Order: sequence, then C-alpha cells, then structure tokens
Amino acid sequence: MYEGVVQDLIDELGQLPGVGPKSAQRIAFHLLAADPVDVRRLITALTEVKEKVRFCRTCGNVAEEDQCRICRDTRRDLSVICVVEESKDVVAIEKTREFRGRYHVLGGAISPIEGIGPDDLRVKELMTRLADGSITELILATDPNLEGEATATYLARLVKPMGLRVTRLASGLPVGGDLEYADEVTLGRAFEGRRLLDV
Amino acid sequence: MRLTHLSLRDFRSYVEVELPLDAGVTALVGPNGQGKTNLVEAVGYLATLGSHRVAQDAPLVRLGSERAVVRANVVRDDRALLVEIEITPGKANRARVNRAPVPRAREVIGILRTVLFAPEDLALVKGDPTERRRFLDDLLVLRTPRLAGVRADYDRVLRQRNALLKSAGAGIRAGKGDLRTLEVWDSHLATTGAELLAARLDLVEVIRPLVDKAYDAVADSGGPVALDYKCSLGEDVPLVPDRDVLSAALLSEISNLRRNELERGISLVGPHRDDLLLKLGPLPAKGYASHGESWSFALALRLAAYDLLRSDTDEGGEPVLILDDVFAELDVGRRERLAGMVARAEQVLVTAAVAADVPEELAGARVDVMAGEVRRVR
Ligand SMILES: Nc1ncnc2c1ncn2[C@@H]1O[C@H](COP(=O)(O)OP(=O)(O)OP(=O)(O)O)[C@@H](O)[C@H]1O
Ligand SMILES: [Mg+2]
Ligand SMILES: [Zn+2]
Repeated sequence: MYEGVVQDLIDELGQLPGVGPKSAQRIAFHLLAADPVDVRRLITALTEVKEKVRFCRTCGNVAEEDQCRICRDTRRDLSVICVVEESKDVVAIEKTREFRGRYHVLGGAISPIEGIGPDDLRVKELMTRLADGSITELILATDPNLEGEATATYLARLVKPMGLRVTRLASGLPVGGDLEYADEVTLGRAFEGRRLLDV
Repeated sequence: MRLTHLSLRDFRSYVEVELPLDAGVTALVGPNGQGKTNLVEAVGYLATLGSHRVAQDAPLVRLGSERAVVRANVVRDDRALLVEIEITPGKANRARVNRAPVPRAREVIGILRTVLFAPEDLALVKGDPTERRRFLDDLLVLRTPRLAGVRADYDRVLRQRNALLKSAGAGIRAGKGDLRTLEVWDSHLATTGAELLAARLDLVEVIRPLVDKAYDAVADSGGPVALDYKCSLGEDVPLVPDRDVLSAALLSEISNLRRNELERGISLVGPHRDDLLLKLGPLPAKGYASHGESWSFALALRLAAYDLLRSDTDEGGEPVLILDDVFAELDVGRRERLAGMVARAEQVLVTAAVAADVPEELAGARVDVMAGEVRRVR
C-alpha cells in the first residue's frame, strides 16, 4: 500500500477495464514522473469527453451533437438499420465500408447473470424507429457469443410481426488467418454454419 | 503413440526428474506418498491440460515454487514431438511444441492421448451423476473437439437461464413478471441441450458393447453389465439421437415445467439433469455392487474409452494407457485377466505400492519411486 493520494490513483486506475493491479501501479508512477503539461492534457481530454460527448438521440452512438455524424449524413440508406452492442462496434463496421445504412447501439447485450434485461438496453428506442414502416431490413450484428446470440434471437422474435427482412451476420473463421491456424472449436462451428454457395 | 521421455520441474513433489520410457509396460513402484501418482498425473495433464485429482492448478506446483514445467517426448506415427507445458497458477498456461511456442496452450491437447484409470474413478460407479456425465462429455470432446464449444455454451446458457428464473420467479411472485426473455433462453437451452444430448446418446450406443466386453474380460462373472441413459425428459420420449426431435422435446417439457421452474429458480430439464445408469446383472451398480465389482466396473468404463479411442483412425495410434493403483483392489483372477488384456497395449504405465501386486505377465520395465527420485531397476 502506498500513501493516500498515490494509492487513490492506483485504485481508480485499477477500475479501468483491462488494467490489473500491476499495470495500475505502473501507470500511476508513470504519471507521477510525467511532465505536468502532458498530465494536464490528459486531464482536459478526460473532462471534455465527459462534458462534450453525448449519445445520439436517434441511434445511441457517441456524438458531439444531438445526433451522430452517421445519422446526420443524408447520403446513407435510410431503409436499413444495423443493430450493434456498443459504439465501438460501429467504428469497426464503418472501417469495412461495406455498410451504407444506419446503426442502432443497444448499449450491451441481454445477460441475466449481470442483471441486464431488454429494459436496460435501447430496445424501446429501436421499436420506435421501426414503427413508421420506412425500415425494410434489420441486420443483427450483436457479438457472436451466447449473450449476443440471445439478444439477436430476442430482437428477431420481437420484430417478427412487423414483417421486416431480419438478417444476422455470419460468424465463423477470422479472416486474415490461415484455415490451418483456426482453433478446432471455431473451425468446427464454421463447418456447422456453412452456407450454400450459389453460383 | 508413446512417450519416450518425461521430465518434470517443480511439479508436485518433484524438484527435477528425468524419466526415459520404453514402449510396452512400465511399472512405477514405491511406498505410499513417494510420488508415483504425481508422475502419471503429469502425463495426464500434458494430454488434457487438467489433473484427474484437482480442479485447480495450484496444488500441481511444488510448494514454494512459482511454476511447474512438464515436458515429454512423444512418438506418433513414427514422428517425434517435444511437447512442453509451463503451469503458473492464476495465469494462462504456456505451451511449446518442438521448442516453438504455440499461441494457445489448448492447442497441445490431443497431441498426446491418454486414458487414465485412478482410484478416484470409483466415483464413476459410486458417486453422483455429475461424475458419469463428465465421463461421457470428456470422451465426447476428445473425439469431437467442436463439442467443447457446445459444452461450454450449454453451461453458460444454464447459468444465464437460472439467473433469470430466479429474478423472474421473484418478480412474478411480487406481481410484475417478465417472461419475454425467458423464452429466448428456453430456445437456446433446447438447441444446445439437444446437441449435447444427441452426442451423448450416440456415444452410449458406441461404448455399450465395449464396456460389456471389457467387464467380461476383467471379471468373468457377475455380469452382464448394462448402461442405460437416464434422461430428464422422462420415459415417454423416444431417445433418438436426432437434434430436432430432442430440441422439440426439450422445449415442450420446459413449457410443462414452467411454473415449477419459476418457483424453484432452476432449470429442471436438460442434459445437466441426466445420468448414465450402470447395472450389474439385474441390479444397479450404485448401492448394490461390491467394492471389487464397483472397481471392475469403473475400470471397464475406462478400458472401453481406451478401446474406442484406439479405434479412431488418424489420431496417431493407440493412446497411452495409465493404470494408477489398479491392482491392489482386485482379486488374483481379475489381476491376471487385466494384465493379459493390457500387456498387448502399445504403452502402459502402471503404479503399485507393493511390487508383488503387479502380475507376473506385466514383466516390462520397472522404475522404483522413492522420495521424489526415480530409479530404473529393470
Ligand atoms: N504441490 C506439492 N508440493 C510439494 N509436495 C507435494 C505437492 N503435491 C503433493 N505433494 C506430495 O506428494 C506426495 C504424494 O505423491 P503421490 O500422490 O504421487 O504418492 P504415491 O506414490 O502415488 O502414493 P500412494 O501409493 O499412496 O498412492 C505427498 O507426500 C504430497 O505431500
Ligand atoms: Mg498414488
Ligand atoms: Zn446516430
């Protein structure tokens, strides 16, 4: 244990995702030794992110204004919505440049263990967006894990009466790797989820 | 396949040990507590990344050390491989194959294949259904690695669903229930559960004759043995290994049990509630079989697994058979019959506290184990 404020800093840093006690200590001592100007810049960034960044009133993505950049972009396809768990998923999909519609950020996935149900996610907001009938396709891009699957199933059932086209991203082999290096579980699942090649 | 060399560093009671091994039988002999089981446990760990004695890794590391290393030369299809695992409790294992690190330690599973019989296996016959389910599921995963994912998913679905049943049950009793998400977990339980169940049913069909054969070979009386898969779906549902049929049956039983499940806050149907009933003649083995009979039954289950894995092609040949303390509990007739059976295996490691317990037929190599040192005496 260190004295007062140093330990407070270590404890705070230790709360961050992916930062264990050892790393927290290393970061704390780095900050102690760092140039005050650099530290002040970090403080400003932290303060501003909390003050300025808001969530898009339409899709829930992080935004600096009332609506996010994507929702304001009139060139985007207004008939498709891609549902993701987090804002960082939006960034990942945007990088592909494959998708020209808009997003809906749920803010997580259904997980009873953590006490997260549909009411804790932005599901109502999604239903409101779908209500006027202008959306024709819903892409469910929640994480390819159990909670993501459950959330996708839940949403698919919920919107079924609306008669939209509902699709789910294929999960399987990570690209960029060789088939022979995929672990047997992933490879086995990819086999299970194989699709007909229509040529 | 076989091991040609085993070396341990800071594993269990061993500071450092080097043990060259031959094909055929090797008997590890020494008084109680000298480190015989520790040696075979290390071999089993290298094959499965798990111990047959403990669920956690901490006890595997020698008291006062930070990490243990298990290293072995394995010969598969005349190809020599050096497999190495570094065990650091609380951290991910690190593995190397032919001195090159592998990205995930999990990848070494299956390079060495073993079937290990140990005194703990008596629980297969006398213990809870959990033990028998684990026997089936471990064997499934060995043969079909993809099922490791199904098994993990099923466990997670159960935990999620039980958490929801608890909170939803409480909510309903308080007059404000929410069953919408429960139906989602119902369907996930039914699909993953059906997949696991179908695989188990298939497996039971395959090993049934093998267990019968193995018991007969060891015991020559008291049988025949029978294996019955007891399913939580009840007697009326035909147990065919068809995923769609099973999934539908699970869903319908789930809806029958809705009220009950909400009251108790747990999932009452699915492969986690099943059992493998073992019978000896007309009687259940559990609660009726004698000690030696139970022992022989447990042994027959392991020998059946050995037989099955041996017949799987393309897996580098026969697994290494490990028999820890098996002979002391068997009468002379059974000892000799077992010895006759295993003497033909490609490689067998047996342990015994008393040299005289090892039958004459198993006149292979002999290694004395004493106070954490090994000495080849024959
Ligand atoms: N992590 C550890 N560090 C140091 N010693 C350990 C550790 N784990 C186990 N031991 C010691 O190893 C010994 C047990 O070894 P082992 O189980 O291999 O005995 P054995 O030769 O098989 O005996 P038996 O004939 O009774 O089965 C015990 O004395 C135990 O205290
Ligand atoms: Mg022992
Ligand atoms: Zn937006």
